[in-house]
Amino acid sequence: MSEVKFSKEHEWITLEGEVATIGITKHATEMLGDIVFAELPEKGSNVEKDGTAGVVESTKAASDVYTPVSGEVVDINQAIVDDPSKINEDPEGSAWFFKLKMKDMSEMDSLMNKEEYDKFAKESAS
Amino acid sequence: MSKKTSLYNIHTNHGAKMVEFAGYQMPIQYKDGIIQEHKFTRENAGIFDVSHMGQLFISGSDELTEDLEKIFPVNLKNLKINQSKYSFLMNEEGGIHDDLIITKMNDGYLIILNAACKNQDFEIIQKKLNNKYQMNLDESLSLIAIQGPKAKDVLGKIVSNINDLSFMNGGNFTFEDTEIYVTRSGYTGEDGFEISIDNQKAEKFVKQLIENGGKLIGLGARDTLRLEAGLCLYGNDLDEKTSPIEANLKWAIPKSRVETDYPGSEIIKKQINEGVKTLRVGIKPETRVIARGNTKIFNEEDKEIGKITSGTFGPSVDCSIAMGYVENNYSPTNTKVFLEVRGKKIPANVCDLPFYKKNYVKGEKNV
Repeated sequence: MSEVKFSKEHEWITLEGEVATIGITKHATEMLGDIVFAELPEKGSNVEKDGTAGVVESTKAASDVYTPVSGEVVDINQAIVDDPSKINEDPEGSAWFFKLKMKDMSEMDSLMNKEEYDKFAKESAS
Repeated sequence: MSKKTSLYNIHTNHGAKMVEFAGYQMPIQYKDGIIQEHKFTRENAGIFDVSHMGQLFISGSDELTEDLEKIFPVNLKNLKINQSKYSFLMNEEGGIHDDLIITKMNDGYLIILNAACKNQDFEIIQKKLNNKYQMNLDESLSLIAIQGPKAKDVLGKIVSNINDLSFMNGGNFTFEDTEIYVTRSGYTGEDGFEISIDNQKAEKFVKQLIENGGKLIGLGARDTLRLEAGLCLYGNDLDEKTSPIEANLKWAIPKSRVETDYPGSEIIKKQINEGVKTLRVGIKPETRVIARGNTKIFNEEDKEIGKITSGTFGPSVDCSIAMGYVENNYSPTNTKVFLEVRGKKIPANVCDLPFYKKNYVKGEKNV
């Protein structure tokens, strides 16, 4: 599996071949608070880089989930829809959101690595 | 600059996320988060800083009772000393300036007002009383609520004889050498108490509640608790354009007051006799989608029939819950409605309130 990359919208992404797994970062879940609802894109649908691909709601507010790359949705994580509290428990592991068959591999290039993201998250939080 | 309550340092020391609320720096949540705080209150004893709320004392005797009955649609003459009632400050159109708790004291009345409304309430009441009485919106006092099945035990360890109080009753007690005023009341659907205490002693008092098993709970959980209990939040579910009858709070206006005079009384009498066009109801979405305030409500024919005023996830009932106003013919329990959330129509059902029910100690009906 590839190195984990991050977007400015607080999504993480890993790559296996041309299939990307995408979720939201631990930092995002800490800002959101307890997540009580998750909506994911439909399997088979196409999503565009930086477009909305889902919604999460915490006890406080609703937030859109964006996709950092374009592609066809090949799998979704039904477990987080059934029990959204899993997202707070393991956001960067078992609580992934959806998998995409990527269209344009070069879209990975503009994303941040862990060190860059941690710095970005720290700055955007302050 | 927003104000700080006397408990500000305790909040930040316990990892609170502070937000501005009604001009005060208040804790929205602590480290555990809203869901854990909510559940702790339902099972144990949650401590709430509600010092931002107004504590209005009006001094006077029998004449004051008569004058206040011209302002509030409640029966004050029959109220015993230290007994409390839920009531409203209303406008001439039957709308609500504020909802409040009024308690008869030895030498007058104590009225607990919402933080965002308290200054305006003070002016309205002062004007209606023609400056005849001494009124004090006392900023030297903090207000602390302790709520939950173990509230009586936790509070009982530091204040003696607290369990003698019955629901919606108060009295003078002592904490160390300080006199405090305690009522058995709250806004969570749980047994509990509200304690009015000198600002200088508030921090020490709360620290002792924590040492004895209580936990600080933020405004976030306060909101999910009150909504599960079917209780209205002023500004969301009640406002200047909504009457207590429309808000389904008719129980708070005693029959003996329906024919008598108070602001908006003619309109209220008419609404009681002829019915109202819209009514506050509980609504349960069929999915986990949250329908927050201002969500539009539709009928099965796609006609707009009302609006959600409060909506959240209910941690104790483990589902999405909401309250809102619908046209009267859609108010019966189990009526199918649709909620427009992010462009989709979510199926939902009108349901009975509260969503979560637990018996109050020696509970008053309907409160």
